[in-house]
Amino acid sequence: MKMSEAIAGMPTPPAGAPMRPSVRQREAAARTSRTLVRRRIVNNIMVALLTLSAVIATLPLLFILFHLAKSGLSSLSIDFFIKDPKSVGESGGGMANAIIGTLIVVSVGCAIGLPIGVGAGLFVSEQKHTRLATVVRFLADVLNGLPSIVMGIFAWQFLVRPVGHFSAIAGGIALAAMLVPMVTRTTEEMVALVPHALREAALALGYSRARTGLVIVLRTAMGGIVTGALVAVARIAGETAPLLFTALGNQFRSFSLSKPIAALPLQIFQYAVSPYEDWHAQAWAGALVLIAMVLTISIVARVATTSHGDGGSD
Amino acid sequence: MTAAAPLTTGAPIAEAPTGVDVPGTPGILEAVGYSFWYGKKQALFDVSMNIRARSITAFIGPSGCGKSTFLRSINRLNELIVGTRHTGEIRLDGADIYARGTDVVALRQRAGMVFQRWNCFPKSIYDNIAFGPRINGETRRDVLDHLVESALRRSALWDEVKDRLRDLATGLSGGQQQRLCIARALANDPEVLLLDEPCSALDPIATQRVEELLVELKKELTIVIVTHNMQQAARVSDRTAFFYMGTLVEEGRTERIFTSPRQERTEAYVTGRFG
Repeated sequence: MKMSEAIAGMPTPPAGAPMRPSVRQREAAARTSRTLVRRRIVNNIMVALLTLSAVIATLPLLFILFHLAKSGLSSLSIDFFIKDPKSVGESGGGMANAIIGTLIVVSVGCAIGLPIGVGAGLFVSEQKHTRLATVVRFLADVLNGLPSIVMGIFAWQFLVRPVGHFSAIAGGIALAAMLVPMVTRTTEEMVALVPHALREAALALGYSRARTGLVIVLRTAMGGIVTGALVAVARIAGETAPLLFTALGNQFRSFSLSKPIAALPLQIFQYAVSPYEDWHAQAWAGALVLIAMVLTISIVARVATTSHGDGGSD
Repeated sequence: MTAAAPLTTGAPIAEAPTGVDVPGTPGILEAVGYSFWYGKKQALFDVSMNIRARSITAFIGPSGCGKSTFLRSINRLNELIVGTRHTGEIRLDGADIYARGTDVVALRQRAGMVFQRWNCFPKSIYDNIAFGPRINGETRRDVLDHLVESALRRSALWDEVKDRLRDLATGLSGGQQQRLCIARALANDPEVLLLDEPCSALDPIATQRVEELLVELKKELTIVIVTHNMQQAARVSDRTAFFYMGTLVEEGRTERIFTSPRQERTEAYVTGRFG
């Protein structure tokens, strides 16, 4: 009988009526019981360590926000948002030129970078066994690791020098070049999570490969792609190096894509290294506005994708 | 009343009567007025039942009737879902499993679970089965070897895999993987084995093997199986419980449930008129 299989070092059950629980079961339960106290202690320590890690991970952001609020809030006024910088020595003025500039340059970057990045990510994931996909994936990784200053020099070499002057469009393209590999990789990862059965269902209804990818796969992965794209946009919105060589910066308000344009990171940099007390305070305020913009984008998009997802599941 | 067997640390487990189906004998598992909520939605209403030791009890009922919820309540897997709560008691050998001081680790060692979709770890066959005993304090190499072999023999898988115990478990066929999951649960030597539609993704031959296995296993442990397959419930179980919209409508000997149900809804369901 299988019950009576002897286990080394364990008593065999006596003959006769089977007991409940069996000797084996009682041995196993007793063995488990002996480990419980130690395991509970280890478990509590591990949970405590993990909780601590989670708290520490958010500390830099909280610290930065707190410090920025302390140093920047005092210079923040309506003027900061609607007025351009005054010349040195004059008090007042704002950073409206830089806020507008950042919005323009980042918009150009997104308009060029997001479609290419999402498209490339979809291709790399859906055609992952082709040689082209392998090459693209590898190059995207290399590009992701490229220092942004190198990207800036390249953009200057090919977009600024031939034209002869700095421009907003050159800045936007430099940012797009940084955006593409980031978006490609997150899109690829999100698309890979879409169940294969869903593709088969669409293909079985007569959808083409491309249409299945665009209508079914992208739609399913949209939440993750949007989140990933936002992280990338937030990253490039704060980039300074690529813009130094392309958009250059501008003390005046400009809406032209072909002229040098101001941007918040540039202006913060310029003001922070200046010798003027007034400008230092404005740099803090600029940093606060920049981080607030990034936070707002993230929150709005998160809310938008959540409600979108709910609607889709009905 | 059976002497209560506390689930807390170090306590000895009391001797209990054998699993002979004696009327009035308390079951190894007892639910007393058990209700369960997912957030605001109530999934179980005042369920009271006895599950007898060393027998197979089948839970049947249409989708969403609460049978899986009840099964998962027995080893407290449901509480991993945020926003759930319950009232009432579920007792294992007389001790309330939700009582303060109950250790869920000890409870889950005594009440093993096999899921609808096989979920072997991406480890070797041997390591999958040794996983439970190892984590529950067994370090002796020869004992582990023996436990693995014994679990594989009891789940009728030994002959198929004995030459490739070091191979990845995920390379086995679906039916083999599901039996491996049963072996993995058995290696922990649980007193109760909970199965949540274990055959719904298996072909008829693999299903038959699992069913034969369950009938063999009830000699040593108590089995609770959730199934959508009425023939399966009729074939393997000693007792059947019919759930409908979160209530336990009727429970009794399988033969009686299927031939002369007392409740109209049970009859409608087992004869296939709804559900």
